[in-house]
Amino acid sequence: MNREPLIPFVAKVIGITEETPDVKTFKVVGLDGKKPFEHIPGQCAFLSMPGVGEALFSITSSPTNKEFMEFSIKKCGCVTEWLHSIEIGQQVTLRGPYGNGFPVETDFRGKDLVFIAGGIGLAPLRSVINYVRDNRKNYGKVTVIYGSRSDNDLVFRSEIENEWMNAEDFNVYLTIDRETPAWNGHVGFVPNYVKEVPLDNAATAVLCGPPIMIKFTLAALQELGFKTDKVYTTLELRMKCAIGKCGRCNVGDKYVCKDGPVFRCDELNELPNEY
Amino acid sequence: MKKIAVTELNSVFRAIAENADLFLPVKKSGQTDFCKWEEGDKVDLHKLKTTKSAKNAFFPQIQDLVKFQVSGKEITVEDPALPDKKQVIFGVKACDAASFDILDMAFTEDFPDTFYSARRENTTIVSLACNKPDEACFCKVYGIDASEPKGDVVSWIVGDTLYLQPITDKGNALVESLSDLLSDADEKDVSAVEEKKAEIKEIIDRLPYSHLNLKGFDGEHLMEKFNSEKWGELASACLGCGTCTFVCPTCQCYDIKDFKTNKGVRRFKCWDSCMYSDFTLTAGGQPRPTQMQRYRQRFMHKLVYFPSNHGGVYSCVGCGRCVQKCPQMLNIVKVIKVLGEKKDNE
Repeated sequence: MNREPLIPFVAKVIGITEETPDVKTFKVVGLDGKKPFEHIPGQCAFLSMPGVGEALFSITSSPTNKEFMEFSIKKCGCVTEWLHSIEIGQQVTLRGPYGNGFPVETDFRGKDLVFIAGGIGLAPLRSVINYVRDNRKNYGKVTVIYGSRSDNDLVFRSEIENEWMNAEDFNVYLTIDRETPAWNGHVGFVPNYVKEVPLDNAATAVLCGPPIMIKFTLAALQELGFKTDKVYTTLELRMKCAIGKCGRCNVGDKYVCKDGPVFRCDELNELPNEY
Repeated sequence: MKKIAVTELNSVFRAIAENADLFLPVKKSGQTDFCKWEEGDKVDLHKLKTTKSAKNAFFPQIQDLVKFQVSGKEITVEDPALPDKKQVIFGVKACDAASFDILDMAFTEDFPDTFYSARRENTTIVSLACNKPDEACFCKVYGIDASEPKGDVVSWIVGDTLYLQPITDKGNALVESLSDLLSDADEKDVSAVEEKKAEIKEIIDRLPYSHLNLKGFDGEHLMEKFNSEKWGELASACLGCGTCTFVCPTCQCYDIKDFKTNKGVRRFKCWDSCMYSDFTLTAGGQPRPTQMQRYRQRFMHKLVYFPSNHGGVYSCVGCGRCVQKCPQMLNIVKVIKVLGEKKDNE
């Protein structure tokens, strides 16, 4: 008989980067020092500290990273607060990967891709963006539109500025909600900015961010003539098992944990609006 | 077919309990539930509906998953031993017996639940036909036959005699192991059982809910059922107490929690309820903020989502426990009547 799927194994945090005042990126390896498991961009895994709790996070690193996995985590609950308090060398438990991931080897191949993210919503998209960057010849033009509350809240800032902005055929557009003294770039909400930057509506769009941003960005994309079967998003609901059994992450007859978290917008339009 | 006088059943229980954990309906403090049998227990085989369903035998209310030791920055995982004790569950009624097939779909397909699967494998089910189905029963709606329940051994009580018919290899082995205590049924006995079955079927046919119409409860009508304006009225009295989910034989939702002890951290799985507001609460928001939405979720899951994912099988067996236990008289029967096709066309 197989091992009980709800039992995790022990992993170790070997690096912690402070991205913003409330987001840190954790580098995780197995106890053997190797990358714990393979995954598809967009898939998730459970991190836990026994006695504190277990929570599901998207895997922020690309599968092309063969050395370790990364999780970028915003401090907003028991488990995340504990994670934000730990030091390098701390062991955690890990289980995964879960979910379907983005169709990087099928629907995305050869396509122009537009990534649109708000706040910590860039975390799951970073895995895809870096996968595309590392397999550059398999994809068309890439556009990244990313916004946050303030310039201090933009995650992966040095990677964006030093690597993405210099990548071949990559256009990156950053925006913040409200002006700050240190910011010379664009100011305004993501859904409005989407209508201002040059986009080809034949491209495939990938969205992630707070529900309100998703809602208005979808409307903006529709206005621009993007077809719903070319727009993807990734959902997040409360999960305990991530194997379709604990019963809480369903949207209609689909479980976000195993049928998602990645959905095409035309699929979502046929499901109840409970997410 | 084998038989034994009902008054002699204690000898059968004693023999079974020698080699296995025996679960059967026992009356304690005025309430009958499936309990592990002990000599002197007040066995209550005639009880039509135990308060809680029989699912506890495979999906216990609390299941330890794993133990951790934490020391400094280090964590050790102690894998648990899977349940390996043989179990016999005796006197399961047709509805509960049918619920095991539904729980199998939930727990043994993709990523099988190893605790559930081990218990299922180790257990022999002795079911018992319902002599007196009551007005809250509607198993017939789901094609379940209370006069001939599923099980490894099927049994009937006619007068003062219990008749046992083994169906599966496990059932044959159990009946074989009891051969000293049982006697062979003759032709007269067989026809007595047949008469009993016909009598039960007749009672069921006359029950008020036996002819509910489930047409239209399927994946194809998902959005239509979800968007019905009638949910508000249906759910308006719901207290969100979760009683319906805890007495339900097919409710499968669970939580996973940690408990710090002085010997490490226990991580366990326990029954949870979609009726509770914190069931889906996240730091980012709440997808089902109203009790109406939570109420709708429960019935949509049983009557639409589950059949959509499992070849048309409903996640309800018509036991009627929710009909009897809801303090606000809300239940799945009202949902079927109000949202069902008949009413819509009226």
